[in-house]
Amino acid sequence: MDLQDRLTSGDSRALARFLTLAENNDPEAARIIKELYSRTGNAYVIGVTGPPGAGKSTLTDKLTKKLRQKGKTVGIIAVDPTSPFTGGALLGDRIRMQDLFTDPGVFIRSMGTRGHLGGLSRATQSAVKAMDIFGKDFIFIETVGVGQSEVDIVKTADTVVMVMVPGLGDDIQAIKAGIMEIGDVFAINKSDRDGADKTKIELEMMLDFSEKKDWRPPIHNVVATTDAGVEELLECIFKHRDYLMDSGEFKKRRYRNTREELINLVKERVLELILKDTGREYNIDDLVSRVLSKQIDIYSAAEEVLGKISG
Amino acid sequence: MDRPIRVLVAKPGLDGHDRGAKVIARALRDAGMEVIYTGLRQTPEQIVEAAIQEDVDVVAMSILSGAHNHLFPKVVSLLREKGADDILVVGGGVIPDDDIPGLKEAGIAEIFTPGTPTSKAIEFIKANIKRLA
Repeated sequence: MDLQDRLTSGDSRALARFLTLAENNDPEAARIIKELYSRTGNAYVIGVTGPPGAGKSTLTDKLTKKLRQKGKTVGIIAVDPTSPFTGGALLGDRIRMQDLFTDPGVFIRSMGTRGHLGGLSRATQSAVKAMDIFGKDFIFIETVGVGQSEVDIVKTADTVVMVMVPGLGDDIQAIKAGIMEIGDVFAINKSDRDGADKTKIELEMMLDFSEKKDWRPPIHNVVATTDAGVEELLECIFKHRDYLMDSGEFKKRRYRNTREELINLVKERVLELILKDTGREYNIDDLVSRVLSKQIDIYSAAEEVLGKISG
Repeated sequence: MDRPIRVLVAKPGLDGHDRGAKVIARALRDAGMEVIYTGLRQTPEQIVEAAIQEDVDVVAMSILSGAHNHLFPKVVSLLREKGADDILVVGGGVIPDDDIPGLKEAGIAEIFTPGTPTSKAIEFIKANIKRLA
């Protein structure tokens, strides 16, 4: 059986191998997704994001266990940063998920960002599709520990869970633009610590100032290590899903995300065309030298490149 | 090879001494590899499932409890059962010289004992991984 058949017949080694191909940008991965594209779009995708050490992995572990109790199958994509210097990475999200390793209804894959910015790896979207084709009911994407602007998760997930912890900063942090705007559901983890109530008030205030929408992101106190509040958090995620479905927002989001992904794919291909030495009439390195020596300005150089590939 | 080598660093058994595992994880990371670290007290079954899902090239295990003669070969045989015998298995820790030939015979490619420079483990992995593509 080839990889494609093994993937659709539920062979987890095939899924693992596919994910490797996708991560290595192997054309075979794209070919398989092309063949099986009609089978995608069934899994519900939950993004888990938040600062480093907030408890994203532990919370993902606990949410997954609740879903397993309900008989649902789960895929987890856990992203950690790749070193910009060596290309190496230490992927440690599994440490918090040990009980799930031998559960046949759970598939976990750790990924390095491999140079991709925005909090996800470049292969995250193909990985979601593969787990979807494989038949997982729910897919968690755990982002790298985020700072202020790693918001790619909002373009990939149906529901974004923003994991906060008490004591990270004052209310000004909460009203800055960026990651604070993308949460559909907020979880204040480690809420048995001092300052959890203050964090909650600051978040509520931030939401008070936000543009009024039909869905106001609820804020939940949880303690992931003891499972406190996790069931309620999952209920909240389900409520958000129901809201998306009933309001028509789900279709809008998937439209927006697919549009974004398509544009990105085209961008990538165009860039490949430009950077690959295909014996075209221009050479990108020559252009750079000409720009540096002021024979041409950088805007005209860009137009020259675009003129050649569109012409 | 432009893809990074993927390594599962695991601590089977019941000892809680993970400094060696962390040092090797860090060294492999700095050598440009993707290291999946799974934490303490793993069963062979957990290690093998993680290795398969992560599609690693190498499983590197560290034991200081003395249970290496049982746990290392168990991981190798489970990998074989699952058809994942293209994964290179190496071990480290406090392992008596007398035990090493038996472990190698059981399919552990190399044993690194205390005092081994990390560069030696890195070179061994680079030279011996079984999957090229």
